[in-house]
Amino acid sequence: MIHNSPLFSPIVEGRVWRVGDSIDTDLIVPSHVLTEQDYTKLLEATLESVIPNFAKQVQKGDIIIAGKNFGCGSSREEAVFVLKELGIRAIIAESFARIFFRNAINLGLPVIKFPASQTIGKQWDKLRIDLIQGTMKNLNTQQIFKFSNFSPFILRYIEKGGAIQVIKERLHL
Amino acid sequence: MSISDKILAKHISSTYTNKKNNIETSKIEKSVTPGEFIQVSVDYIMVHEQLGGRIAPEFQKLGLNHIWDPEQVVFILDHWVPPPDVRAAKMHQRANTFAEKYHIKWNFGQNQGICHQVLPEKGFAQPGRLIVGSDSHTTTYGAFNCFSTGIGATDVVNLFATGELWFVVPETIRVNFHGNLHSNVLGKDIVLQMLRDFKTDGAIYDGFEFGGEGISQISIDSRMTISNMVVEMGAKNGIFEGDKLLADWLRAHPPPTEAPSTLQTILQKSARPNSSKTSYSAPISPNTPRFISPEKGYNYKKTLEYDLSEIEPMIARPYSPDNVIPVAEMEPIEIDEAFLGSCTNGRLEDLRIAARIVKNHTVPTDVKFIVIPASRDIYLKAMHEGLLEIFVQAGAMVEYPTCGPCIGGHMGVLGPDEICISSSNRNFKGRMGDPSSQTYLASSATVAASAITGHITSPPQEKTRI
Ligand code: SF4
Repeated sequence: MIHNSPLFSPIVEGRVWRVGDSIDTDLIVPSHVLTEQDYTKLLEATLESVIPNFAKQVQKGDIIIAGKNFGCGSSREEAVFVLKELGIRAIIAESFARIFFRNAINLGLPVIKFPASQTIGKQWDKLRIDLIQGTMKNLNTQQIFKFSNFSPFILRYIEKGGAIQVIKERLHL
Repeated sequence: MSISDKILAKHISSTYTNKKNNIETSKIEKSVTPGEFIQVSVDYIMVHEQLGGRIAPEFQKLGLNHIWDPEQVVFILDHWVPPPDVRAAKMHQRANTFAEKYHIKWNFGQNQGICHQVLPEKGFAQPGRLIVGSDSHTTTYGAFNCFSTGIGATDVVNLFATGELWFVVPETIRVNFHGNLHSNVLGKDIVLQMLRDFKTDGAIYDGFEFGGEGISQISIDSRMTISNMVVEMGAKNGIFEGDKLLADWLRAHPPPTEAPSTLQTILQKSARPNSSKTSYSAPISPNTPRFISPEKGYNYKKTLEYDLSEIEPMIARPYSPDNVIPVAEMEPIEIDEAFLGSCTNGRLEDLRIAARIVKNHTVPTDVKFIVIPASRDIYLKAMHEGLLEIFVQAGAMVEYPTCGPCIGGHMGVLGPDEICISSSNRNFKGRMGDPSSQTYLASSATVAASAITGHITSPPQEKTRI
């Protein structure tokens, strides 16, 4: 594969946020803000009942490590949008809910399925992910973990920053 | 191939080529294998309020002045109808403006009910079809032997722009039903039992296929509940084999031929049956439906057998739909609200059994009993059958079709620490209101029985089947 997208960097490096199993889409974006047109309201409410003040503390490049079934629940793409917009650059989980996984690919946010997600690192550890090589290195413990590489299909969406760019190219827009 | 495989294979896009799109498969013949990435064309795309959420602005970024096929799109407002606040009203305006600008053909407005009830009623869900919707419970149409699943906003944009969508072909889990259901057991209890067995991540990315001689015991309304809630196990879809019950339903709900304005007139006429309580007066389609059946000897990921006679009324405790036990084992927890409605259980079957249970009883004054038929059609039928009167007499608040309380939107939002028994499908933290509120999920029969006692109560055994 040729990785020639100017915006694409195969390396993600950031702090770890640890969350548990079954973080559902209502927890990520509560429905009381869903009718908001002003996206800042959605951002403020992100994960509010799981991690108070998450929106204020999260930094660009941060990585979420979750347990099972991350993103279960509704089809609301806002759940991916807010996390990406707040700076989350990758999510690692034991498993992802199907629509959340699709939405993440469609918005170009790398989602890494890794059964032993709990062993990678703890809250605030620093992690470096190489999206092409399929490796994750915990910079605190120096441990390296290998995940199965993205299929070329999915990697293309991640490289392009999401489906909109892929559609534009396809339609020559 | 499984039923789902067959339907997906039939919908592989004709413009799909391996080299050009860099997709990791070379198959363009009409056959698919689980795990494979495919590019498909769909029959219908259902959109609701999400159209005014992320879909419209994202699509407009492309600068296209048309959508791929406005005739494929079904648009309906249902989550916040009528709008409870200015924000929701504005969201509706944005969605309506888009629908008009791009000439969406099947624009049902906001007075028809919840999308997942309305689409089948209007004949969109037909065997062999591939339907997607901007809502996770689009899986509901699997009851009609069609492949249907939920997608996100960008997926819809992709379809609006190119007419195609990527899919990964799911593995199929086969479930065979046998035996006879007890009189107070409904589809909801069956799917809650499945949730107890599979858990919320037990079928991620997989598709369910339902069959066995026991399906004849499961009404179409109850099948819709089961297909509706397969997504709670992470499944992509949940498709039933066809049978006589389904053939009868389909004959009564023929595919649409007219755009909604004309259709509404027909429905207004047909919604006033003269005498029979159960007859549908929509025109009879002369065609016998052509069901899709699985290939004999197909190698399923798993095959499970469920004996319906072993299933009893079940309940899911907060905060997960898989936190399930038999209602009989529940402590009699006091409730603040009982909600009978939603795309899971706001159907005629639900209203009939609930009315039978609450008839001649009074709801305690400290319990909010909220009844919301899932569609206008059901509302009218329940009205003609006198069910709504029974509810109001008992002290219930009967509202016009909307999602309302299911999503904590309006018409019964829960306050701090309030406890609700609900016939809907999700009891996540904060789903129906304040994060400290608690929702128990159960069948319409259990909700009705609990509404009149004021605490969680098993539904009575009926002498005859519901
Ligand atoms: S009734 Fe509830 S689950 Fe069904 S579509 Fe509406 S909000 Fe979603």
